[in-house]
Amino acid sequence: MDVTSAFVEAFSLITRLDPGFLAIVGLSLKVTLTAVVLAALIGLPLGAWLAMARFPGRSALVITINALMGLPPVVAGLIVFLLLSRSGPLGSWGLLFTPTAMVIAQTLLVLPIVVSLTRATLEELWAEYRDHLTSLGLTGLRAIPTLLWDGRFALATGLLAGFGRASAEVGAVLMVGGNIAHYTRTMTTTIALETSKGDLPLALGLGIVLMTLTLAINAAAYAASRVGARYAG
Amino acid sequence: MLSRRILLACFLATLASASFAQTPERFIVVSSTTSTTDSGLFNHILPLFKAKTGIDVRVVSQGTGQALDTGRRGDADVVFVHAKAQEEKFVADGFGVKRQPVMYNDFVLIGPRSDPAGVKGSADIVAALKAIQTKKAPFISRGDKSGTHAAELALWKIAGVEIDAARGPWYREIGQGMGAALNTASALNGYVLADRATWLNFKNRGELAIMVERDKRLFNQYGAILVNPAKHPHVKVKDGQAFIDWLTSPDGQNAIGDYKINGEVLFFPNAQQPGA
Amino acid sequence: MRASILPLRAERLALIRDGQRLIDTVSFTLPQGGITTIIGPNGAGKSLTLRLCHGLIAPDEGMVTWARDAHLRHAMVFQQPVMLRRSVRANIAHALHALTHPAVKSRTDEALARFHLTPLAERPARLLSGGEKQKLAIARAWATEPEVLFLDEPTSQLDPAATREIEALIRTLSLEGLTLVMTTHDLGQARRLADRILFFNRGRLVEDADAASFFEQPETPQARAFIAGELL
Repeated sequence: MDVTSAFVEAFSLITRLDPGFLAIVGLSLKVTLTAVVLAALIGLPLGAWLAMARFPGRSALVITINALMGLPPVVAGLIVFLLLSRSGPLGSWGLLFTPTAMVIAQTLLVLPIVVSLTRATLEELWAEYRDHLTSLGLTGLRAIPTLLWDGRFALATGLLAGFGRASAEVGAVLMVGGNIAHYTRTMTTTIALETSKGDLPLALGLGIVLMTLTLAINAAAYAASRVGARYAG
Repeated sequence: MLSRRILLACFLATLASASFAQTPERFIVVSSTTSTTDSGLFNHILPLFKAKTGIDVRVVSQGTGQALDTGRRGDADVVFVHAKAQEEKFVADGFGVKRQPVMYNDFVLIGPRSDPAGVKGSADIVAALKAIQTKKAPFISRGDKSGTHAAELALWKIAGVEIDAARGPWYREIGQGMGAALNTASALNGYVLADRATWLNFKNRGELAIMVERDKRLFNQYGAILVNPAKHPHVKVKDGQAFIDWLTSPDGQNAIGDYKINGEVLFFPNAQQPGA
Repeated sequence: MRASILPLRAERLALIRDGQRLIDTVSFTLPQGGITTIIGPNGAGKSLTLRLCHGLIAPDEGMVTWARDAHLRHAMVFQQPVMLRRSVRANIAHALHALTHPAVKSRTDEALARFHLTPLAERPARLLSGGEKQKLAIARAWATEPEVLFLDEPTSQLDPAATREIEALIRTLSLEGLTLVMTTHDLGQARRLADRILFFNRGRLVEDADAASFFEQPETPQARAFIAGELL
């Protein structure tokens, strides 16, 4: 099959909203969105706490989390795989080769980005706001909601970056999801599989969706930083 | 305002996790080879099995070696692979209950139409491999400990080629699945040993065509094994055994024999054949 | 009307950093009403004294005592007004976190109107001019209904026109019964506004006098030098 006809078929898959195609896109978005929401629920408060707390070993922790932003996805996948395998410590949960396992792996990938960016953003804000918030009686944990809200544009950019990283990732989800048809097959694992089968249209169609998604994420991040710059004055 | 936002986030998280929970309750995990999935066989037979029993089969497809490892760790209920010696060892080591022969397919030697080794039309795989090695024509090996890889190595041995000693730039191990090996062969105009099913399903052929086929030494037996609940108590014995029983029953065997691409049968059921 | 938190008593306050007594054994009492102005050359400890009184920092020696629980009943406006990354309205509403939702709305509207900020209500606070920012900072503090307002160099960043406007505002707030304590390095401003002067030099409270007598008959050589512009 030549590349031109592959493109033609890919666009036809997208435009006629092929149900199998949509199911794959839907699962990918669901897994990644869940992972990003989870990472935000854990990472935003954790990063905020880290921005304000002072304790021995804090620098080491900050450096470690920054380094984890570059955690190779396959290593994240391997860790989750070893934990969730029936022969691993959490094997009794029976989660390997399920979408939940993919969510866990992606959360692990996104979490360091969220924590690290939250910490950096809020540390700067806290230095600026500290006197004012203390004056209003908003000290310690009571300052966190204000800091999170005022850092919202930078934090949104961070969450979008996390979403981008997770949605484009193939190694970890392939390892822990098992690429099971109709169950744990995401855009990236399908692209890998269909390319190896020589079925280029489906792979290309999904590739186009992924590229569009990446473009949309970057547009959103750009918009957020523009609006944020307006409020930052 | 803040608490409302937290509530919304929790709501979203619950929504997402809830939507994962609607998957069917009865399912088994089968670790199988890339050839059974890539060939489209499972897409043909699994809906029939599900209609009959209500059991959803989740197939994780890997090379035979990996698929057996998955069973060994207890991450699958049934393994369905094609490497008889390894399967028997798996059972002997106590990881499997019993090996049941299910079907066979055959390998074909694929190569470029230009055929630099001059093997086209031969029915002798051993002579063909010798010719490829002598001419140093590009050959793509799976190199992933799969059943196909094991079969390829066995054939080199029969041909009297010590592959570890004879390897060179002409012999490329890619460490990937069947489809990837075919893609590589297509790109490099090389020879590759492939199972017929994956070949027939393969769309990106380029200059590739069948060079050698129908040699008895190219037959490839598949067996199904229930993972031993004595090792892994969570194994779904009843549903897993139901799958194996169905595969070897007349219904299952007919379903396998009915699967054709371009009128060609891909897998030949032989559950009743002694010694298969 | 709740019972007053005043008088405020500062008793033998000291603040020590790296062995230096930045605030050195300072005592004074702040009764209700008036504009108390803390003046003195650079490094005198003016700003630190405000922060000690407002409770932003704790003294190493001595203590600050209010007549009764003063939690959230005194407010402070900083030299560089801290503008949250929100609208003018949201900046005021945020300071009212102790109130219920409808009360926040009505009090915010009241503060916007009182300080003529209503036309700017939806603007991002950080895009305001220097004078507008300072006005918002004062409006925000005023909205919390403090009994005492601390102002740290309220006009140091402003042009003459904005300075006049803020000074008029300070005078009005004082006439309305708010007790004000401010620092300034601008002697003219101290003359224009102060009812009482606390003159600091090198961390010590050198003179504590009503404004008229301070400027007419300074008691110490340092004060005389400062008024003459020889002590900077």
